[in-house]
Amino acid sequence: MTAIPTDLKAPRREPGKARVLLGYLVHDKLALLSAIYLLILLAAAIFGPMLIGDMSTKLGLRQRNLAPFTLDQGWAYVLGADTLGRSILARLVVGAQNTLGIAAAAVVTSMFIGGTLGLIAGYSNRWYSHVILRLADVVMSFPSLLLALIVLYTLGPSIPNLIVVLAITRVPIYLRTTRAEVLELRERMFVSAAKAMGAGSLRIVLRHIAPLVMPTLITIAAIDFASVILAESALSFLGLGIQPPQFTWGAMVATGRGYLANAWWVAFWPGLAILLTTLSLNLLSSWARTVADPQQRWRLQTLRRAPR
Amino acid sequence: MTGIANPILEVRGLTVDFLSDRDPFRAVDSVGFHVSRGETLCILGESGSGKSVSTSAIMGLIDTPPGDIVAGRMIFDGRDLATMTQEERRDLNGRKISMIFQDPLAHLNPVHTIGRQIAEVFEAHGVAKGAEAKRRVVDLLRRVGIPDPEHRVGQYPHQFSGGQRQRVMIAMAIALQPAVIIADEPTTALDVSVQAQILELLRDLQAEYGMALVMITHDLEVAASMADRVMVMKGGRIVEEGYARDVFTRPQHDYTRKLLSALPHGSDADKGHRRSGKSAGELLLTVENVVKRYTLSSGLFGKKHHVNAVNNVSFEVAKGETVGIVGESGSGKSSIARILLRLNEPTSGRAIYRGEDIFRMNERELLKLRRKVQMVFQDPYGSMNPRMDVRSIVSEPLRIHRDILPKSQWNDRVVELLELVGLKAEHANRHIHQFSGGQRQRIAIARALASDPELIVCDEAVSALDVSIQAQVIDLLADLRTRLGLSYIFITHDLPIVRHFADRIIVMKQGEIVEQGTTQALFASPQHSYTRSLLNATPHPKWESGTVASLSARVS
Repeated sequence: MTAIPTDLKAPRREPGKARVLLGYLVHDKLALLSAIYLLILLAAAIFGPMLIGDMSTKLGLRQRNLAPFTLDQGWAYVLGADTLGRSILARLVVGAQNTLGIAAAAVVTSMFIGGTLGLIAGYSNRWYSHVILRLADVVMSFPSLLLALIVLYTLGPSIPNLIVVLAITRVPIYLRTTRAEVLELRERMFVSAAKAMGAGSLRIVLRHIAPLVMPTLITIAAIDFASVILAESALSFLGLGIQPPQFTWGAMVATGRGYLANAWWVAFWPGLAILLTTLSLNLLSSWARTVADPQQRWRLQTLRRAPR
Repeated sequence: MTGIANPILEVRGLTVDFLSDRDPFRAVDSVGFHVSRGETLCILGESGSGKSVSTSAIMGLIDTPPGDIVAGRMIFDGRDLATMTQEERRDLNGRKISMIFQDPLAHLNPVHTIGRQIAEVFEAHGVAKGAEAKRRVVDLLRRVGIPDPEHRVGQYPHQFSGGQRQRVMIAMAIALQPAVIIADEPTTALDVSVQAQILELLRDLQAEYGMALVMITHDLEVAASMADRVMVMKGGRIVEEGYARDVFTRPQHDYTRKLLSALPHGSDADKGHRRSGKSAGELLLTVENVVKRYTLSSGLFGKKHHVNAVNNVSFEVAKGETVGIVGESGSGKSSIARILLRLNEPTSGRAIYRGEDIFRMNERELLKLRRKVQMVFQDPYGSMNPRMDVRSIVSEPLRIHRDILPKSQWNDRVVELLELVGLKAEHANRHIHQFSGGQRQRIAIARALASDPELIVCDEAVSALDVSIQAQVIDLLADLRTRLGLSYIFITHDLPIVRHFADRIIVMKQGEIVEQGTTQALFASPQHSYTRSLLNATPHPKWESGTVASLSARVS
């Protein structure tokens, strides 16, 4: 009723899309901080192992359980050292690669599998779409951590197995969301129009429906990324995740568990890194949702008032 | 009418912007109007003319930001609304000023009973509670013409028909006998005969309670039948205002004249140039005894019963001919369109297209048919993928039917098609949301033409468009028919539209054909009582006194 009118003729030259997005980002300070943090993290994950890979594995008996906030032993020990005297800062930077890499691989895999199955289950009414749904129900009703434990216990812990297990437990989320969207989209007029033009099912699903489901899936993926990091941490914490000498933030928390009373920093810093990463992803995805919604977008704009 | 002497509501110089990071968009520009007790003011304008925004400002329904009331005063009964607190304005809304919306289903809460929602008006304003409120609700429902109110008060919105829901909304609006009622397109979503009843009810209530009525509409006939005074808006400004009779009979502004001439009334239409004049040529499509039956079961173990959405429908379409199918919602007219394109399967019957039965075609034959028969839908925005640019949309039939044109010529063909429907080549790179409603429907028509069809089924193709645009699109369709030798099946609920476009008209009611014949004969001497009631349901101007009441009485 008070629909915001859209202006057809833009009076001035439009700034580029990237610039507009950057402007929206600067407007939301929390999202900006999140983006900066995630960028730093990404840089650490890519270049960290190359630059300070050695430092993260170097043992130092004199630095065992060194307390943080001291520069006596050099900048590398500013966040303290773990039980074997390795620099926590270096391990955080290097661990980012495994942590983010595993999470990203698991999220992309589950998004792809879940999305594809969801498209099939949503568009088709044949027997296999019912099979897909019941399988998803089974995965969902089974405690995901227990499922992961059983699979990893039987297959043996390794990075590929870890990714597969994490992906499988997340598939139903994407599958159900995609299916729900497809059920709504396939009744939309433009799908009828495509059918009336003679388009086949494959064309309709891939060209007309899939592109419209994507934004939702990506938003879920951003939030899910955080849960996957946490799930991987939990598995590593239980010793079924990543195996030494490889490590992730989750595994670092696990080693620090026994020293909480006398060296809290061993578990605290990786825990904080996990928290900040998940928080940033959530903030950023909520920002992205605001940008994508034409009714809400004004919140991120510098509103120009008319002179009076 | 009391005139200007003592207006109950007055708006002066209202200017409203919508803000973004571009220049502010001026939705309403120095608009002023006033209305007195017992008087009806109609605000007339097409979509985007700012008519809804001006009245939403009175109710305080504009979110600020992004809305921004730049200037203007709104005075109700001598008090400036701007000086009142939020609390006072909330109390005023519903008690003194109330609103009726276009879409009652969207504005009624589906999980509460009708009775509870109306009682809320009494409770929110501390007028009545409990049993007393319920008694008043039942009285109100009876007043607005809901049969058996004691029983229906406990029902939910989905158990009411569209017209009854609008009656419920009206009951809520008049619950506290407000001084001003703002009705925003109250009958736009309703069928003509239901529209006549609702307008009648509003007129009666106004006479009874003496309230001022501000009615927003884009429908000229509705405005003429209700208004004492009319205000015509365009692009956020008032272009003309005055007494209804003066504006309608002697329009001063070009825009008003254009609006009024968009659809010729009465017998003028018979001289229209838009009909093909062809009939009884070579037969293109013969539809025989088509039935579409739905099986409904009430509840989990309830008895099953059948509903015939389409019942034993037969008609023919000749080459170059336009057949209009007219009926109200639920008459089965859209079902026929979907069945003919095999978007839904019929229960029984035959549809012979150039010697072959559409209903027995296999996948390959169907693909061929879907090249020759195209469809244009009611909502052009909904019928095109919002993610695709115009080029991909228009060339999609070429992509599906690869044998029409080699890929290298697609671009040229798209440009040619866009120009054919009156658009420009550079429009090809834009997206659908950057176009107006009329332009979108042109794109939909261009897409339908891409595969060189012989027959185009238009399902309410102009119903969602503004009056002046409707005429343009129909002119375009008529022009294409002459140039390309097309045939049309034109489905609509709006009799005046088909009058100057269709060669033959089929009138449908509850899945059955009640009457069919040439347009001229059907309008000159309608045989069936339902056709007559449809013709009579078209609202008549208020100043042609007296007749109004008797006409609508006959309809209901």
